[in-house]
Amino acid sequence: MRSAPARALRALPTLLRIGVAETVAYRAEFLVWMLTATMPLIMLSLWTSVASEGEFQSYSSADFVAYFLGVLIVRNLTSNWVAFQISEEVRLGTLSMRLLRPIHPFIAYATSHAAALPFRSVIALPIAIVLLISSGASSLTTEPMQLALLLPSIALAWLITFGIMFAIGCCAFWITQAFGIFNFYFGLWSLLSGYLMPMSIMHAKFPLIADIARSLPFYYMLGAPVELMTQHLSGAQVASLFAWQIAWAVVSVLAALVVWRRGVNHFEAVGG
Amino acid sequence: MSRYFSLFTVQLRTSVATAMQYRANFIIEAVLSVAWLAIALLPLIVLFDQRKSVAGWDQPSALIVMAYFMAVKAIMEGMVTPSLVGLVEKIRTGAFDYVLLKPVDSQFMVSTAGYEPQKVIDLIGAFALASYAFSKLGVWPTLPQVAVGILLLIAGVLAMYSLWIICAAASFWVVRLDNLIYLLMAVFDTARWPIQVFRGAWRFIFTFLIPVAIMTTFPAMALLGRLSTRTTLLTLAGALAMLVISRLIWRAAIRNYTSASS
Repeated sequence: MRSAPARALRALPTLLRIGVAETVAYRAEFLVWMLTATMPLIMLSLWTSVASEGEFQSYSSADFVAYFLGVLIVRNLTSNWVAFQISEEVRLGTLSMRLLRPIHPFIAYATSHAAALPFRSVIALPIAIVLLISSGASSLTTEPMQLALLLPSIALAWLITFGIMFAIGCCAFWITQAFGIFNFYFGLWSLLSGYLMPMSIMHAKFPLIADIARSLPFYYMLGAPVELMTQHLSGAQVASLFAWQIAWAVVSVLAALVVWRRGVNHFEAVGG
Repeated sequence: MSRYFSLFTVQLRTSVATAMQYRANFIIEAVLSVAWLAIALLPLIVLFDQRKSVAGWDQPSALIVMAYFMAVKAIMEGMVTPSLVGLVEKIRTGAFDYVLLKPVDSQFMVSTAGYEPQKVIDLIGAFALASYAFSKLGVWPTLPQVAVGILLLIAGVLAMYSLWIICAAASFWVVRLDNLIYLLMAVFDTARWPIQVFRGAWRFIFTFLIPVAIMTTFPAMALLGRLSTRTTLLTLAGALAMLVISRLIWRAAIRNYTSASS
């Protein structure tokens, strides 16, 4: 009898292959979904229009372009719809099938979403190149350490996002429609993640919101990696950024697993 | 005609009854609406804290564009979205066949299948925001300006509705409708800023190809008395043209429809 982690590890290549196949099979949906994440461009147009009349709080037009294209890239790579998948499967009762498999659904869902990442990069990378060319290197960090830590930071942001979305999806065990909770979450997230404006600009007018945001997970899902990409940070800043990211990644994964366990005990399959 | 009217009232009555069943939900929606308004306004608050104007718009005028955005969104989400979300399910399960069998127009049937009366709260919010903006501006719109403003609001809603119908029709051929809905909502989000904020190709696209400008910016300018008669007429003509085009596309799509069950 193999242990659970060993089992999961052995199934990993297959799970990844399934994820790739799913992405390819639903390519039109995938593309539409990617196009939908255009909100950063809408914010970008507002702020560049502002900056074209002069710098806004030390942010030039190029800085805004770099920031919001960074937002687009990070969001492109980290967003997922696992909450809708779970709530749909709970509602239809098809979740029962997943419960029979010897692999924890958290891992199954996570690998399926991770498998889509290369395809997402195909969309994110050209944007990154446009970012480099259009705004010049001045708005991007040249610190080798920050560049090296960029991928781990995005990976942590991915994990935090995935854990939270998974937990939200599990709420469907109790209320069958997780959309209300998701909307609430999305509101908080767009306010506190740096989605609407860079956190330092928020800080100038609403210091309280910005300070709260820096201890909540939302900022570490988006704003933090983007700032790592576009700003020069001190060593202490980078260290604290990663400490917060790791802490929230652990918390959100644990929360997802706990909510899942309690939810499954509560689960009565529809028609089953 | 009277048949259509009575169908419309029946659907509306059932929706109101359903909404009244969940009173707690109603209050939660109200609280959420206010919260969303605050979040949507945040960039404008931060921005105009330091600037007098952006792209030719001062804060009160920009708030009026935002109020129009909220109003169009509220009307869409209250009157059209619930029906079209139901349409997804009907196409998937094949129940859409029954809609086509009914002796009334199919576009009418899918457009009026359900309502969310609680969106009235958002509409009131939009009205309050516009009133606040005008009180800050110190100049109230004249009666003709209000009349044109309301007329263009209707035109804006019709333009948005046309885009919805085109998406619904497209879903017969290509992708799942719910994805297209998300895409459309993302595009409509651009309507929260005045069109002048966008530059170059984007402004062209959002004025002519996907005319979000006629949904919020032009009506707001009309209410402020800044829109020329020519642009007013063009806006109305544009909305009407979209309505006609969407109708033609819908009918072509229906002819092409192959049921899920056969």
